[in-house]
Amino acid sequence: MGYIEAKNVVFSYEGHENEKGAEVLHGVSLDIEKGEFVALLGHNGSGKSTLAKHFNAMLLPEGGKVYVDGLDTMDDSLKTEIRQRAGLVLQNPDNQLVAGIVEEDVAFGPENLGVPPDEIRRRVDDALKAVEMYDYRLSAPYKLSGGQKQRIAIAGIIAMHPDCIILDEPTAMLDPMGREEVLRTIHKLNRENGITIVLITHYMDEAVGADRVVVMDSGKILLQGTPREVFSQVELLKRHKLDVPQATELIYELKNEGFDLPDGVLDIDGCVAALEPLLGKG
Amino acid sequence: MHRLDPRVKISLTFLYIIFVFVASNYQGIAVIALLLSAVIMSSGIPFSQYLKSLKAILFIVAFTSVLNLFYGSGKVVWQFKFMTITEGGISNAVFVAIRIVSLILFSSALTFTTSPTQLTDAMERLMKPLKLFHVKVHEIAMMMTIALRFIPTLLEETDKIMNAQKARGADLESGGITQRIKSLIPILIPLFISSFRRASDLAMAMECRCYHGGEGRTKMKRLRITGLDIWAVAFSACLCCCVIIFKVRFPAALR
Repeated sequence: MGYIEAKNVVFSYEGHENEKGAEVLHGVSLDIEKGEFVALLGHNGSGKSTLAKHFNAMLLPEGGKVYVDGLDTMDDSLKTEIRQRAGLVLQNPDNQLVAGIVEEDVAFGPENLGVPPDEIRRRVDDALKAVEMYDYRLSAPYKLSGGQKQRIAIAGIIAMHPDCIILDEPTAMLDPMGREEVLRTIHKLNRENGITIVLITHYMDEAVGADRVVVMDSGKILLQGTPREVFSQVELLKRHKLDVPQATELIYELKNEGFDLPDGVLDIDGCVAALEPLLGKG
Repeated sequence: MHRLDPRVKISLTFLYIIFVFVASNYQGIAVIALLLSAVIMSSGIPFSQYLKSLKAILFIVAFTSVLNLFYGSGKVVWQFKFMTITEGGISNAVFVAIRIVSLILFSSALTFTTSPTQLTDAMERLMKPLKLFHVKVHEIAMMMTIALRFIPTLLEETDKIMNAQKARGADLESGGITQRIKSLIPILIPLFISSFRRASDLAMAMECRCYHGGEGRTKMKRLRITGLDIWAVAFSACLCCCVIIFKVRFPAALR
């Protein structure tokens, strides 16, 4: 049994005036193990964000069940416990910071949980160190860059001591530098603190470092597996108007042109290694 | 000053402001001035900062002083047609100016030495007794915190929208008052819409972080009354007593 377990989740947003809205999720089942790094891919409207919001009881399934650490999200009394275990980081870093000073914002979560003051202080310091923002603890959030703000938002979740962090397109509004910072931070948290990560993104390149890639399309899971398995299905992905990482695409196109190249190239280093002998020959 | 408990600071500032108005003669205002200089000296904030905060209200000070010049009794100093300036008027003008300036300086000293979160936090605690009357103290404090947090964000956004509208050829700077107010509409509407979107995002983020109102919440920073606070209170109380004694013993300066 996985840490987060979605069983046949069906969901539709409310339509206008008692009309039923369009169904966004059509029976999605997904298990996420403890300590796993899962990338959830799909383009806009594929239902990936909707699914993510089921993982911490922000949305409740119309049909099917979602369990977090064995707790049923439908049970209203468990809501706080579920949200403490599975934190959600949203897309816009500006709109999720509550207080005017970094450390007080990070303290917001534990304060809500009723943690004693000394313990909060310790958690806040640890969380800020974990995202490498300790030196900025007394700054005002609006003076920070997007990447820094997003790391503060992550620290705010870490301070609640969750087992799992769900990130809903955390890098969509950031510049390349900020994206790099945020990705490094979440990989570190996954590796060193054993926190389960669910990363929702539409940048294929960000999914390459994940343990497992889940591709969603029109409210269903299209494909899942290791990055290598998923991105080797270039044709299937293209048919659903999804991209593959740039390096993979380059190798794929070259192979179609008749060059002899290996399969399963995911990143720039792999691409260079694959192309070097070919170029050396010519 | 920075080390004082924010609750004490807020209460004392209120007290000072009341006493600026209690003092009705020059002896009394001299005590207030003494207190003010003690506050400014101990705040450790450069005096130029205080001057800056005064700059904004210079016009109001000048305006009220000039108005007060013409209201007063006593020996006539200068007369021109229906305008007369009397000794009492001059004294009134000076007095009112000193009052407004010290009012601003006291409140600047408070805001210079206390962070906004400390302020709202202290307000929440000071207003706690109001809970008996079903005033939602925690909610008010939360609103203040969020409002303060979003002021710079919204200012930045206003600037962006203004530039975007200018780039589309909006003319914001010319025309009469009605014209200018009308030209603000295309800035305010997008600002409102985006604020609502921000609000719903923020509400979700707060829920994600287990926010469920003031019940069972703890605070990272505890407030403690120290010896320093007691000294500050005692010192202020002495000076305030002086002001009251002077008020009884000496004639009022306002006539």
